[in-house]
Amino acid sequence: MSQAAEIERSRPGLALYSPKDAARLVGRAAPVDAVGLEERATSLAKRSIKRESKLWALDLAIRCMDLTTLEGVDTTGKIVALCAKAVRPNPVDESIPSVAAVCLYPQLVPTAVGQLKNTTVKVASVAGAFPAGLAPLGARLAEIREVVELGAHEVDIVLNRSLFLGGRYAECFEELAAARDAAGGAHLKVILETGELGSYDRVRQASVLAMAAGADFIKTSTGKIGVGAELGSALCMMEAARDFFIETGHAVGVKVAGGVRQSKQAIQYLVLLYETLGPQWMTPDLFRIGASTLLNDVLMQIDKERTGRYQGSDYYTID
Amino acid sequence: MARIEPKATSALEQREPIWEYADAPESTEIVRLQDRYGLFVGGEFVEPKSGRWFETINPATEETLAEVGEAGPEDVDLAVTAARDAYHQRWRDLPASERAKYLFRIARGLQERAREFAVLESMNGGKPIKESRDVDIPLAAAHFFYYAGWADKLEYAFPNRRPKPIGVAGQIIPWNFPLLMAAWKLAPALAAGNTTVLKPAETTPLTALLLGEVIRDAELPPGVVNIVTGAGETGSHLVKHDAVDKIAFTGSTDVGKIIRRATAGTGKRLTLELGGKAANIVFEDAPLDQAVEGVINGIFFNQGHVCCAGSRLLVQESAFEPLLDKLKARLQTLRVGNPLDKNTDIGAINSKQQLRKIEELVASGVEEGAEIYQPECALPERGFWFCPTLFTNVSQSHRIAREEIFGPVLSILTFRTPAEAVEKANNTPYGLSAGVWTEKGSRILWMAEQMRAGVVWANTFNRFDPASPFGGYKESGFGREGGRHGLEPYLELDGAMTVQ
Repeated sequence: MSQAAEIERSRPGLALYSPKDAARLVGRAAPVDAVGLEERATSLAKRSIKRESKLWALDLAIRCMDLTTLEGVDTTGKIVALCAKAVRPNPVDESIPSVAAVCLYPQLVPTAVGQLKNTTVKVASVAGAFPAGLAPLGARLAEIREVVELGAHEVDIVLNRSLFLGGRYAECFEELAAARDAAGGAHLKVILETGELGSYDRVRQASVLAMAAGADFIKTSTGKIGVGAELGSALCMMEAARDFFIETGHAVGVKVAGGVRQSKQAIQYLVLLYETLGPQWMTPDLFRIGASTLLNDVLMQIDKERTGRYQGSDYYTID
Repeated sequence: MARIEPKATSALEQREPIWEYADAPESTEIVRLQDRYGLFVGGEFVEPKSGRWFETINPATEETLAEVGEAGPEDVDLAVTAARDAYHQRWRDLPASERAKYLFRIARGLQERAREFAVLESMNGGKPIKESRDVDIPLAAAHFFYYAGWADKLEYAFPNRRPKPIGVAGQIIPWNFPLLMAAWKLAPALAAGNTTVLKPAETTPLTALLLGEVIRDAELPPGVVNIVTGAGETGSHLVKHDAVDKIAFTGSTDVGKIIRRATAGTGKRLTLELGGKAANIVFEDAPLDQAVEGVINGIFFNQGHVCCAGSRLLVQESAFEPLLDKLKARLQTLRVGNPLDKNTDIGAINSKQQLRKIEELVASGVEEGAEIYQPECALPERGFWFCPTLFTNVSQSHRIAREEIFGPVLSILTFRTPAEAVEKANNTPYGLSAGVWTEKGSRILWMAEQMRAGVVWANTFNRFDPASPFGGYKESGFGREGGRHGLEPYLELDGAMTVQ
């Protein structure tokens, strides 16, 4: 909330509630009316920002970006190139900041860590049997520990939808809390995969469960199913984060990922963020956009704002 | 291996958030204002025989937009005669599918000039462009489309009742939704085979006159629709004219009562859509974030100049505090200002007179001991403006809980049980609309049954659709507009009771 003076981060490794609270938390999560929620999200998406504010928003979009590649064909070479792009999105323009992080598969973490040494760009790794998350718990936790040992600063794991949709909230909560412990000092982002949850009520419940278990971030999607981030589910998660902050004093970040390709979309999410969580959330510590192709569109829009003209796509490096 | 340079920094990063929604004004270039607008009589724009003109202004700037003809008794008589002639000679006996054709044409004409209508509506009435653009104009076109569809299906709308048109309808409309109200009145009247004389409100005549242009360009037979502008006196001439068969009025309850007295015993049919003091009822189990949006939309939509506005918020006591906190926080983010700015949520108050009335009632609320809350809100210097306002500690007996304020002012009351909510909601001389916010379906149905209100919205508010009937109980009037029901007041039906 904009009125909130001080924002306090939850301490890593600390689950705020115990597993026996899980069912109660889910049960008393605020209901969400789909029509009203989407109407609000759509009306906010029509807000118009221009000139200086737009430049600031585009700059922020870069600073909050998790530049992502999550493909089976990712190689060392691909990651080296991605890291270069992450640090210097536009090599001919000094004023463009680095992105927040690169997001990739565990095997490629050492390469990224090496490339990004002495830069501010963080290494985020998916872990915990991404994207389904249904490997044995021990294997998933081991994977989380390993990527952290390899030097990942941030870990993106998935919510166990099998347990969650099956109503086994306590087990689901225990898994998240265990993942929280396994991640240690690394930032833990919990992917809810909103496209599989079926209703905004479920999105809200899943948000509450993940935040209570100690997630640093709640994240919309894996990008691996047809549905990615959507305005409605993002707004729903932001409202959950806002109320969680009011209730507990713990600020949890929100990450939108999946299908965010254009600057216009990024700005729409920033409008939702500003109107729901306020200016304190407009920082890479509390907001991220996961994207692979968004970056060049943002660079193009920045040049357009500055010069009034669009450059051709060949003036921006592909990675 | 590529060489990685140290982090590039951004000058903007060090700065506080720069988050101003830049002015995004809709251009007024599309509107070509004339210096003077005559009356639309017999298919043409004519100078008023009265020789009198009055100014119409932009309430956001107090600038004069144009002069508009003031229809005197002779002008009204000419308009009614034109309508009567057109009824007998050109409209009543036209094949119904032909009537539909004209209505479809008008609907398309509105759509084609939608932006022009939206900008002019915001200029003349003060409502935010996002509302005129997204609500007023599209809905007005939708009403014409909807009733165009009924024109040749009246036999199916009222099986075995042999529907026939009534004759000439005098239609008097308010200033809060100038074009939309014109559409609500004209579309069903024309579809049913009547001709009309329409009197727009004196503060907002311009979009109705622009509609006159669309009607002329649609080549509607001359005299089928006539538009006479002027104040209450013009309306009074229309109401008292002998050759008018039906009066349809939307406006204040006081004027509605005058009209009802004037038409009593004359054989004229009458429908009235008057004021309201709607209860928006929020239960503890409601989806609170959406309820907040619904409450905000319910009272601040169109600056609260809405007869069905949710001006009384009834909150279950157990949910009062969280809801109030959320409402106050949300109020801070409302943007009051230039109606033509696309980011504006609350525009200008329609007239100085209305602003005085709002100020007077708000002062009475403070005086009677209710607690006022207004967010920080910078208002433009010129024009008529009022900050969004909440009142807590309101009791049923306060004036702000009983009288229609017709402005951006919400009175908040609490209740403990569903029965008490119903009792309080119904404890008003009005009965136009109500809202219920709860996740429990059975309670929604039960509440809807208990409440004496023409429209009951569930988990939404101020949602309009041409297919849905709209109208009131008690001092909110009688008769329904919209839907199949909306045709009935414009038809002679076998076995029908008429209100006289």
